[in-house]
Amino acid sequence: MAESDLALIGAWQSPFVLRARVALNIKNLQYVFHEETFGNKSELLLKSNPVHKKIPVLLHSGKSICESLIIVEYIDEVWSSSGHAILPSDPYGRAIARFWAAYIDEKFFPSLRSIAVVQDEAGKKAAVEQVITGISLLEKAFGESSKGKPFFGGDHIGYLDIAFGGMLGWIKVTETIAGLKLIDPETTPQLAQWAEKFIHDPAVSGVFPDIGTLTEYSKVVIAKLRGSAGAK
Amino acid sequence: MGDEEVKLFRTWSSPYALRIVWALKLKGVEYETIYEEVSHKSDLLIGYNPIHKKVPVLVHNGKPIAESLVILEYIDETWKQHPLLSDQPHQRALARFWAKFGDEKVLPAIWEAFTKQGKEQEEALSTAVENLKYLEEELKGKKLFGGEEIGLVDIALGWLANLVSVFEEITGLKLIPEEKFPLLFNWMQVFADIPVIKESWPPRDKLVAKFHSIREASLAKEAEKDK
Repeated sequence: MAESDLALIGAWQSPFVLRARVALNIKNLQYVFHEETFGNKSELLLKSNPVHKKIPVLLHSGKSICESLIIVEYIDEVWSSSGHAILPSDPYGRAIARFWAAYIDEKFFPSLRSIAVVQDEAGKKAAVEQVITGISLLEKAFGESSKGKPFFGGDHIGYLDIAFGGMLGWIKVTETIAGLKLIDPETTPQLAQWAEKFIHDPAVSGVFPDIGTLTEYSKVVIAKLRGSAGAK
Repeated sequence: MGDEEVKLFRTWSSPYALRIVWALKLKGVEYETIYEEVSHKSDLLIGYNPIHKKVPVLVHNGKPIAESLVILEYIDETWKQHPLLSDQPHQRALARFWAKFGDEKVLPAIWEAFTKQGKEQEEALSTAVENLKYLEEELKGKKLFGGEEIGLVDIALGWLANLVSVFEEITGLKLIPEEKFPLLFNWMQVFADIPVIKESWPPRDKLVAKFHSIREASLAKEAEKDK
């Protein structure tokens, strides 16, 4: 695979970009990484994702693929004989994985983000509750999905591991900033063990953000987001 | 596939549930319908979808699947006749993209335009127009979003072919004018006329009454907030 054939537009901090990078690593793919600067979108990004103007965008032989979970499925389908399968082979397993991934994107992540950004106490409390609920649901889902194996996907990192694992950096940052315990050996023993395995997996460790750096960065972002949110 | 048990939990009006009706009918899959009332959901539904407690839920041989786009992919993978997605990965990625775009951008903008008035409505309409332009562009050179046959995107956007005219009747607004969106306007007619689609529309007078109440309630709520 010629390196110039495959590229990813992204940024080190993005949990969504991380999903795409883990998928690319699982399939042992070489690619060019175009790093975006926060607050200054490149021409390439605007051209490749004119609808949303967001990262990640996968560029493959002149085609652009947008939306992190769509990119992960694309990678799994195109390079189906490389590495290991990302989605389960049975339709029901795939449906369960997709259901939880949708939950993470539609309910979990917006609340996680809210914890840091929202300034009124009631809003913050609601966001924290939603996140804690989400994590306890995922702890239960882990038990059902993994069937005693290390990952949601079983022996190897799968689609739901990628969908949720991408969030781990920001989960840890939120724990620090908000003084919360979200994934914790006492309350969520399975997820606590899973998180360590995920972060140290060869497909993840090279691209997982440094938590200290991410925490510092998050303070800048939060100030910016609060600035624009506070204007309402 | 031999002895299968396929059940669909729906309400009479849910556009999300209607997607599943269309997919099952297009593929000729036999199924049992269980109608739910929004105000009084059955224990069975809540048991099958404890997270969201919503329709649609598909139960196949006792196993429940929730979230309409997830259900559509499950149906396509389980019953191979009349495929809803191409077998080309890039085409599949594009279809998934547009289905998601419909739900995350088009639907909320149109809903906002329908449930608000004055400046908020104007802004929502403006956003809706921007989003609809992308759909119009996507239809260039095609009869349906899926090409010659209905696909995932047609099913995901199919609610437009019915509810837009209901919303237009209630508000007096032109949400998808033919002059501005000739391809989309044409698509709505073509889609609505497909036999399986045509026979499945909920009764129009009931829809008009229902959405009229929703709009009234929404406007009343806004008026309370402004006091």
